[in-house]
Amino acid sequence: MRIAVSHTTSYRSDPPSRAIQALRLVPPGLRSQKVLAWELRVEGAEAGLRYTDAFGNQVALAASHGPVAEVIITAEGVVETQDTAGVLGFPAEAVVPAVCLRETPLTAPDAAIRAFAVSCRRETALATLHALLDGLHEAVAYQPGTTASSTTAASAFAARQGVCQDHAHIFIAAARTLGLPARYATGYLVTDQAQAPAHHAWAEALAPDIGWIGFDPANGQCPTERYIRLAVGLDALEAAPVRGVRLGGAAEWLDVRVAVQSQSQK
Amino acid sequence: MLKTQAYSTGNDTVCFDEMLRADFSARDCYRTLHEWLQRQTPGGIRAKQAEADAIFRRLGITFAVYGAAEANERLIPFDLIPRVISAAEWRFLERGIEQRVRALNAFLHDIYHRQEIVRAGRIPSEMVNGNSAFLPQMMGFDPPRGVYSHIIGTDIVRTAEDGFFVLEDNLRTPSGVSYMLENRETMMHLFPELFAAHRVAPVERYPELLRQTLQSVAPSGCDGEPTVAVLTPGIYNSAYFEHAFLADQMGVELVQGSDLVVEDGALWMRTIRGRARVDVLYRRIDDAFIDPLNFRPDSMLGVPGLFDLYRAGRVTLVNAPGTGIADDKAVYAYVPDIVEFYTGEKPILRNVQTFRCSIAEERGHVLENLEELVVKEVHGSGGYGMLIGPRSTRQQRAEFAERIRANPGNYIAQPTLALSTCPAFAGSGIGPRHVDLRPFVLVGDRVRVVPGGLTRVALKKGSLVVNSSQGGGTKDTWVLED
Repeated sequence: MRIAVSHTTSYRSDPPSRAIQALRLVPPGLRSQKVLAWELRVEGAEAGLRYTDAFGNQVALAASHGPVAEVIITAEGVVETQDTAGVLGFPAEAVVPAVCLRETPLTAPDAAIRAFAVSCRRETALATLHALLDGLHEAVAYQPGTTASSTTAASAFAARQGVCQDHAHIFIAAARTLGLPARYATGYLVTDQAQAPAHHAWAEALAPDIGWIGFDPANGQCPTERYIRLAVGLDALEAAPVRGVRLGGAAEWLDVRVAVQSQSQK
Repeated sequence: MLKTQAYSTGNDTVCFDEMLRADFSARDCYRTLHEWLQRQTPGGIRAKQAEADAIFRRLGITFAVYGAAEANERLIPFDLIPRVISAAEWRFLERGIEQRVRALNAFLHDIYHRQEIVRAGRIPSEMVNGNSAFLPQMMGFDPPRGVYSHIIGTDIVRTAEDGFFVLEDNLRTPSGVSYMLENRETMMHLFPELFAAHRVAPVERYPELLRQTLQSVAPSGCDGEPTVAVLTPGIYNSAYFEHAFLADQMGVELVQGSDLVVEDGALWMRTIRGRARVDVLYRRIDDAFIDPLNFRPDSMLGVPGLFDLYRAGRVTLVNAPGTGIADDKAVYAYVPDIVEFYTGEKPILRNVQTFRCSIAEERGHVLENLEELVVKEVHGSGGYGMLIGPRSTRQQRAEFAERIRANPGNYIAQPTLALSTCPAFAGSGIGPRHVDLRPFVLVGDRVRVVPGGLTRVALKKGSLVVNSSQGGGTKDTWVLED
């Protein structure tokens, strides 16, 4: 599937303030996706500093010259995708899989998550991960507005509801307690339902011999050709497409608009 | 004449004394000093001590003690009697330290790349990849010249004529070098005749060597003379004096996070002459606080975007983030293996035997022998959170046993060492007091071990804790030249 993306994030600050953001908004080439064209533009800040981080993400550092009232970040491009049943194999990256067994504050498991994980244990890693995927899709309702970006896996699991970030965090926390490396993935999803956001997040976990596999517990499936993967990290904070620091300024508004369409449907 | 009884009746006669042999004859390197000591009077020494204290107070060398109810800052006691190390002893130490420092830098490069040592099964993956001092963000990055730890303070203890052991490697932000320099300057002022009678290797060039080392690891894209700055957390940090002192001695700027800004793909500092680019930042701030955009988001001490600049090769951070994994107290037990793995040589300097409470068998041994062991927290420092078995009460041991059982991975234990003693001024005479040694090592275009270091001395009779936060003092350390 050929997917066109236009993703705009704007920050406004009143009074104007200095802005600095790390952007992980460039999709890598993967078994499941080929990037045909991609451009990252930033208005209101300079974003010439680029590097590849330990997880293989392309990072751009956007820093304003002195105080600014608005920063507009636009990521636009076309990606050719194919359905690999979520399997990515071993993408080029510096981190070793064992790093993805580390706990972070957002993904620390509690007794309930540990018990859930144990109940999903099967003969093989692959079967276990699918049991986690199905079990989590059943157990935790998709309910926007009930959690925030700082909600931990444990508290979302206790509430049995949340959004894609919470589903992914619980999945990651559970997989790690079973000794299976797991991490957080961000990206885009082509969807037919207008109300669902096109900006999306899910988990990746490692199965020996197969490599990294995507698992989307919010939708109860592995990523298909409708998914574009952007960045990965140990949790939502580390993989965030835009991670910023407030440097003064009384108020800051964040406005995100994403338009994703499959070109073959046009 | 000074009373020598204080020395002969010391309660630690079983310990190795660096000045006197069992028959009370002076060891060779102490012969001149010993003769000189015997000519001194208590009144004369007391006058010199008062003079030294006045010098330190005027210089403002103080040390903030965390958790002390009384004054926040106090003078670290300075003992006038120098600690003497022979040329041959120093050559041995220097070779051993250099070997260890090279191996630990090779270890850091390896674990942040292919992790051959883990693949070879020489160290458990969890010990590295699950360690909170390990920074995954560093993986795949090549720091300039491949150096991770540029400034090291290796803690060494001695138990016999040829019994030197490394107690800690201190690869993050070791402090104390300012005391080494000030102690020497003060001694030269007070006792010029003693320096005339000994050939003491100079330490005064340290600030210059430090600046050269820092400049030698500037980013490859830096043209012209690299600009160095020292980043301090501020005046409330216990080592603020040292940060200011080193910046001043090197002739570079001392900055706080709020003086620095990331713009146009570079690091800039605000100075009274406008903004200036920084190529090498000697940061005395812990990893977690250097950059809120990449590490602890609530840090007010660091600079947002600093780590991104570093990874993009636009600025060098000294020491590199993530070096703490190599001086982790649990990893310490593996250092002899690490030395062999990367150098193919036997370690020159020995480790102190270390029991890891994370391993069931070793934990069992620790819990049964608490009375004889020193128990330390894996991530503790400064002598806090320690149990010294032989000096502990039954209740303290019970409390520690509880803590070890609750969180075994957080503790290691070592036998109580009979630390060597050196003569120290004690009221009306001189007495033997336990000491350790922290030589300072610089790694840049080459490895430099400054001849000398910081000798810490437990001034309380019989005490084994030399940490300044626990009432220890310092001494000037003389390495004799042939």
